[in-house]
Amino acid sequence: MQTPAVLEAGDVLQVLEVCEAPEEIKEVIVTTLEEGSNTNSTPVTSCGAGTKPSQDDNWGETTTAITGTSEHSLSQEDIVRITKDLEDSVGLDCRRYFTRTLAIILGLLVFLTPLAFLVLPHILWPDKLQSCGTACEGLFISVAFKLLILLLAVWALFFRPARAGLPRVYVFRALLAVLVLLFVISYWLFYGVRILDSQDENYQGIVQYAVSLVDALLFIHYLAIVLLELRQLQPCYSVCVTRSTDGETRHYNLGQLSIQRAALAIIEHYYCDFPVHNPALLSASKSRAAKHLAGLKVYNVDGPGNNAAAGIAHSQSRAMIAAAARRRDTSHNELYYEEAEHERRVRKRRARLVVAVEEAFTHIKRMQEEEQKKAPGDVMDPREAAQAIFPSMARALQKYLRTTKQQHCHSMESIQQHLAFCITNNMTPKAFLESYLTPGPTVQYSRDFWRARQWTLISEASVTSGLKDGTIFLLKCVDFSLVVTSKKIPYIQMSEEYIDPKSHKFVLRLQSETSV
Amino acid sequence: MSFVPGQPVTAVVERVEIQKLRQGENLILGFSIGGGIDQDPGQNPFSEDKSDKGIYVTRISPKGPADLAGLKMGDKIMQVNGWDMTMVTHDQARKKLTKKREDVVRLLVTRKSLEEAVKHSKCSYPKH
Repeated sequence: MQTPAVLEAGDVLQVLEVCEAPEEIKEVIVTTLEEGSNTNSTPVTSCGAGTKPSQDDNWGETTTAITGTSEHSLSQEDIVRITKDLEDSVGLDCRRYFTRTLAIILGLLVFLTPLAFLVLPHILWPDKLQSCGTACEGLFISVAFKLLILLLAVWALFFRPARAGLPRVYVFRALLAVLVLLFVISYWLFYGVRILDSQDENYQGIVQYAVSLVDALLFIHYLAIVLLELRQLQPCYSVCVTRSTDGETRHYNLGQLSIQRAALAIIEHYYCDFPVHNPALLSASKSRAAKHLAGLKVYNVDGPGNNAAAGIAHSQSRAMIAAAARRRDTSHNELYYEEAEHERRVRKRRARLVVAVEEAFTHIKRMQEEEQKKAPGDVMDPREAAQAIFPSMARALQKYLRTTKQQHCHSMESIQQHLAFCITNNMTPKAFLESYLTPGPTVQYSRDFWRARQWTLISEASVTSGLKDGTIFLLKCVDFSLVVTSKKIPYIQMSEEYIDPKSHKFVLRLQSETSV
Repeated sequence: MSFVPGQPVTAVVERVEIQKLRQGENLILGFSIGGGIDQDPGQNPFSEDKSDKGIYVTRISPKGPADLAGLKMGDKIMQVNGWDMTMVTHDQARKKLTKKREDVVRLLVTRKSLEEAVKHSKCSYPKH
């Protein structure tokens, strides 16, 4: 029996005494009623072990003025994230600059090589050279244009802002760079041995050699397009992405990609398709789980020194599972009624909200061109109009957001901005409310809500190896993780059947047989 | 058995009296019927004239009341307990046969072999 502490203050005292039964946990409420004093009576709720205090939904409703303060609370996760950002930004930039300089050096080498091939004979042995006529000039023009096309193509394919920093090097790009380097080196070798050493006089042959180099570079660029861009377009694998905290699942079709590139594609889809992660919705199941285990305690009657510690723990957990299965648990009942009640409350608040917003929107109307010249008084721009009608719907909106546990996703400022945006674009109240009634994808919310731009790829296979049938990997961020499994799309065998349009004929089927 | 519109139907009929058998709650006769003016007459396997929309016996349960009474498969039912069966819908025919208050149904049925038998008997007796 557990008796709570009794406060002796004031005239009337009311104490409720409850004993903690092994199976049920009741609330203990202590209230003091004082006559003639100004103190508020605050209900103090204390529960048994393991449950968090239930948050009364109407707490804080008595405030009359809603000021424009947004919640500036810095949780532990935020601190961790900020420090991580600071550490990683230095390392990542180094690598990015390194690859960028390598690429620029390679590019310069590639572009200057044909020009060098053409210019060097003129510098080194100008008198021995045969002058070549129109054929050479034609070849000069073709070299120039091909180099221009190569320049534009390389700029289009390679010089794009980097989308992400991947953990390992991009294998195909590295291989292509090595190929180009080997190629250019071999051309230089040949040039150096056969042409520079022997000081060849046939200038046309040299120009043709330079043209062949540029042609081959264009073909390597074609190879680069096929390997880097075209190969993964054809869908080959169907991946199933599940969020670990609430089970949201989506399926995507991907082509043949390495695991890290597939992870990048999945993350980009995640921001558009998955509803935003809301940790406030998960607290109910956690409290239920805590309640399940809270009521049982295992005593070891046989005394110490029996088996190994593992054996004891094993038998203890089995005993707990058996006891939990046997005791009559009414938590499903509570869950059912709680959910029904919550559903009803949400619907009621939603109805009030819709009515309030519709009414608020009727207070303003767009001013026409002719009226603008006539009455210059009391004219508002969208922002002021939004601020004017916002207070009439603010209370209903805030209550609704609090009931659906979305209040931390939307700040006052963002709501007013959205309202001004809707007013400017002639949107109806329903269009304005859509972003609050259903939780949208993460892109919809403000930048600082995109909490995780730092993702960790956890995989048993090497991340540069390709996706295969049955590959499983994890994408972890601060709050949750995405579990990804891939399956191969099966080979589809399609056959053809021709139906003559005139063959569609019908008869009445009226011949029934009844037994009597 | 052919039906000429506007002319009375003439046929050689046989009287068949069937006692209904009680099976549980139901009184059954032990045969199945097909046909009716709302059905497709071309699908009737037993009719000679494929525009005949009469009620035909399509199946007989062996050892059932109809079998014992002498009803044969392919018979055309002309009357049931005095009610005409040549111009009825399928459902009306079923209802006339399955009245719960009647224990006995007296059918007038016709079949091709009856006509043959009458013709044969007419011919075999030369006129004196």
